[in-house]
Amino acid sequence: MDLSLSEEYQALQAEIRAFIATQGHKSPKVGGGRKRPDQKTLDWQKTLLEHGYVGRTIPVEYGGAGKTPDVMEAAVIASEFTAANIYAGLTNQGVSMLVPTLLEVGTEEQKRAYVGPTIRGDIIWCQGYSEPGNGSDLANAQTKAELKDGFWVVNGQKIWTSSAHYADMMFLLCRTEPHRPKHEGLSYLLLSMNSPGIDRRPLKTMTGRSEFNEVFFTDVKVPESQIVVGRGKGWYVANVTLKHERSMIGNADKVTTRLEQLIKMLSATEVDGVPLIRQAEFRDRLLRLQGEVIAWKAHNLRLLTEAAQGIDSGVKRMIVKYGGTMLGFRLSSLAVDALGAVGLPFESAGEDAEDDDATTWNIDYMYDVGLMIGGGSNNIQKNIIGERGLDLPREPKVQTAATIGRG
Amino acid sequence: MEFGLSLEQRQFDDSLREFLKDRLPMERLRALAEPGGGYDADLWNGLAELGLHGLIVPERFGGAGLGVLDAAVAAEGLGYAAAPVPFTGTTVMAPLAFMNSATEAQQDEYLPMVAAGEARIAVGFAGLAGQTGAASVTLDGTRLSGTVNGVMDAGAATHFLIYLRDGTAALVEADAPGLSTSLHRSLDRTRPLVDVAFNSSPAVVLAAANDKVAAARKVLDAGRVILAADMLGAAQTMLDRAVAFAKERVQFGRVIGSFQGVKYMLADCVTTLEPCRGMVWYAAHAQDAMPDEARLTACHAKAHVADVAREVARMTTETHGGMGFTDLLGLHYWFKRIGFNRQVLGGPERCREEAAELQGWRLDR
Repeated sequence: MDLSLSEEYQALQAEIRAFIATQGHKSPKVGGGRKRPDQKTLDWQKTLLEHGYVGRTIPVEYGGAGKTPDVMEAAVIASEFTAANIYAGLTNQGVSMLVPTLLEVGTEEQKRAYVGPTIRGDIIWCQGYSEPGNGSDLANAQTKAELKDGFWVVNGQKIWTSSAHYADMMFLLCRTEPHRPKHEGLSYLLLSMNSPGIDRRPLKTMTGRSEFNEVFFTDVKVPESQIVVGRGKGWYVANVTLKHERSMIGNADKVTTRLEQLIKMLSATEVDGVPLIRQAEFRDRLLRLQGEVIAWKAHNLRLLTEAAQGIDSGVKRMIVKYGGTMLGFRLSSLAVDALGAVGLPFESAGEDAEDDDATTWNIDYMYDVGLMIGGGSNNIQKNIIGERGLDLPREPKVQTAATIGRG
Repeated sequence: MEFGLSLEQRQFDDSLREFLKDRLPMERLRALAEPGGGYDADLWNGLAELGLHGLIVPERFGGAGLGVLDAAVAAEGLGYAAAPVPFTGTTVMAPLAFMNSATEAQQDEYLPMVAAGEARIAVGFAGLAGQTGAASVTLDGTRLSGTVNGVMDAGAATHFLIYLRDGTAALVEADAPGLSTSLHRSLDRTRPLVDVAFNSSPAVVLAAANDKVAAARKVLDAGRVILAADMLGAAQTMLDRAVAFAKERVQFGRVIGSFQGVKYMLADCVTTLEPCRGMVWYAAHAQDAMPDEARLTACHAKAHVADVAREVARMTTETHGGMGFTDLLGLHYWFKRIGFNRQVLGGPERCREEAAELQGWRLDR
């Protein structure tokens, strides 16, 4: 057990602190849901890239800093930015999911075309996975693509597509081999959202924003070379992507920051002249959450250590999304309750402006519910924890006319 | 940065668990639990061979000189086995009391006895710990009078070490004049509670600490972390057994673990319990090496693990259906062990109250 940072990490820590002290005032606001990055955010992203605080391990030829992957470095960077409540860079699906996927399995041409612009925020991606009939059952995607005259011709519909209303590109999971078993019939395509035949319809959510969209495809033409890996390999590529999505979750810094914000808020908010932190009911909720946060922080340190040692953390990693989103919601719930009636006047400033604190908390509070549903809903997480983590048997498959005889 | 157990700690953990598995099959546990004295000479002496008694006693007094983290690893193993052993008080709190509150000469005299397993010193608090029940003593020079009810790990104590409200500690031999005890088998038959009364009993006074209350609290905090570790181990046993049961028990033509109703309860158990392990390690390490965080993490670990373990105990018992409620499976030993640990040395409410005071969050009354 050694919680001290070695000299090289202390040096990195000092470097980041100095950076934040001199440049931090240029950071955009943290939190408040997902929007297209504005100029302030793009400028900040550029600064972070120049210092290697984002894109750190991405090879120089693709626009990154070319450092050797080091989970401890990543953790030091994340915790310094979080502690200072400074925006730590774009975490959209292009940056966190597509870029690592291309770096792992993409062609040289694909890497050169997309990695740099994506990490700079010049290309915004959306993820074409879920369909109206296939949410949790991703491998059952029915949107089809047929190869004709050197183009994939795409027809079908996606839904819950985050950011599609302002995205430039989509990574799409679609069915190209309809006669093969469902997992072997998928391909992974990269396409421009400005292609003719794409109809995006923003889906307004409970936050008042349009975080999601329906996307309709009518004879959308995608050049043949825009496939990742190859025909029928879509499920494999999607799993490479999911692996990266899962590894980006598990960050205890967010709940730590929220707890600190809550302590400040409960100390500063008075009802009947008494700060909420001196009122039993509020204080008790805060204390319980503090205990939980300490537990998850320690858990995160454990995962971090295992990752650095190359150990697969198994069930310890599988519990993070479910446990983390539930804790996040309990924290934002307390914030909303501490705001009380003061938090109720709710006017979102819209997609292009920063919201006030009360609105930000209320959006986070609602967005947290979305996080429990998206990226593998929490009930799916519980299946994963139970079946892969605890080795419990799967739910027996329902026998339907279509599956009887197939075993 | 390396947050985890060392190879030596894992090896020690393995050998302790192996030993306990061998020595404490269910029928043996039942036999030891019936009298409820929380002590078995064979088991206790066997643990000495693993070096348990002197675990945290400094090497110059014949111990292994290890820390609270090592003790927490051992405690998890003991909780996993529901071992009837006076570990928390005798092996952890008593030596820490000497290390924090005693003079060098007093340490010279008693710590080697602790390390050798010859002195089994039970530690009680008259104030400070927030445990319910009567506890009031007075010290007149070197004479101790009064009562402390509900002392844990005292079923076979050779000495009682009582912390007074001002942080002074008084050590009294179990057969000293004026000392009387009454042992209560507890809900947790693997560990009793002892009420002890003193009537002008001769005491060795430990008052060497600069800040006596702070020294007493260090002992208390370490005890709370150890109890949290014990609860973690006990809850882990219940979860492991429930998972195994859910893979075997068939209803409606399916093993019950394939039902989401059951699967989700077990997923909830592991999702809440696994972070408790990191929390216990962190709090234990804080006792050894991070004094600024020691109190807060000890209070929170005791409170949080108690709450999680209670829910794990409930859900895993439910998973076993009616059999879980019977005596036959013996699952209840762990259920009750968790219940015992929750209440001694201050329950969750008391521990969180202390965490609040520590941070200046006093209630406005």
